Amino acid sequence: MRKLTAFVAGLVFGFGLLLSGMADPAKVVGFLDLAGSWDPSLALVMAGAIGVALLPFTWARRRERSLLGAPMALPRKRELDGRLIGGSLLFGVGWGIAGICPGPALALLVTGYWQVLLFVFAMLGGMALFSALEHRRNH
Amino acid sequence: MTIDWAGFTPWPALAGGALIGLAAALFVLLNGRIAGISGLLGGLLERHTEGRAEKALFVLGLVLAPLAWVLFAQLPEPDFQVGWLGTLVAGLLVGIGTRYGSGCTSGHGVCGLSRLSPRSLAATLAFMAAGFATVFALRHLFGG
Repeated sequence: MRKLTAFVAGLVFGFGLLLSGMADPAKVVGFLDLAGSWDPSLALVMAGAIGVALLPFTWARRRERSLLGAPMALPRKRELDGRLIGGSLLFGVGWGIAGICPGPALALLVTGYWQVLLFVFAMLGGMALFSALEHRRNH
Repeated sequence: MTIDWAGFTPWPALAGGALIGLAAALFVLLNGRIAGISGLLGGLLERHTEGRAEKALFVLGLVLAPLAWVLFAQLPEPDFQVGWLGTLVAGLLVGIGTRYGSGCTSGHGVCGLSRLSPRSLAATLAFMAAGFATVFALRHLFGG
């Protein structure tokens, strides 16, 4: 059952990305371009998403298990450290350059645009590099 | 600052955002998991990860979404902003950055803010600020 709900949640997530405009790099860069002709649409994507998800997450935070009996796998870390901020800054630079973040990249993958294929290839490479560096650090 | 009223699409943005929120809510209520795309993807790349099947199926649903979408409507046409070098560098930065930063727009921006996580608020402010600064530099400082 949880496999099915995971698949459905992924599907709905993809529909949301495609409908919202997040899957159009020009739209994303238009939102990030405060000094130019600013398109505020993506602020509403965030508002719509948080508006719907706020109560469910408030409920989930107080629970040990999900409705289907899975343990709640919520992050426990509390501290603000250099990795969090530095990593997020790097991500933001990449997001600003291409106007693509991980969700839309995957939601556009089957369309076969070379830009998406190259982006996902490079992103997976970056993630693999992180894993290799972490492995080295821990051994 | 001038507002691009011609490009402003409030209703699809709100409705799409609501669907994203609904998906994140379903995933946490039913599977007990965070719908953070970089975290799910990064987990799948690790040799050992718990819940691999659920993570893979969420990602599969996301990847297959356009195929179900075309049954009802035309796919939006993405308008890419950079050439191959920019795409390559951006992908690398997004891959490394989201793993060091433990999340991206979905994990920190949607799920993290919805559960009122201070870490996610800090991360979201950081990547938004970097995104604004990068576009400013590329478009207005170095011309574009």
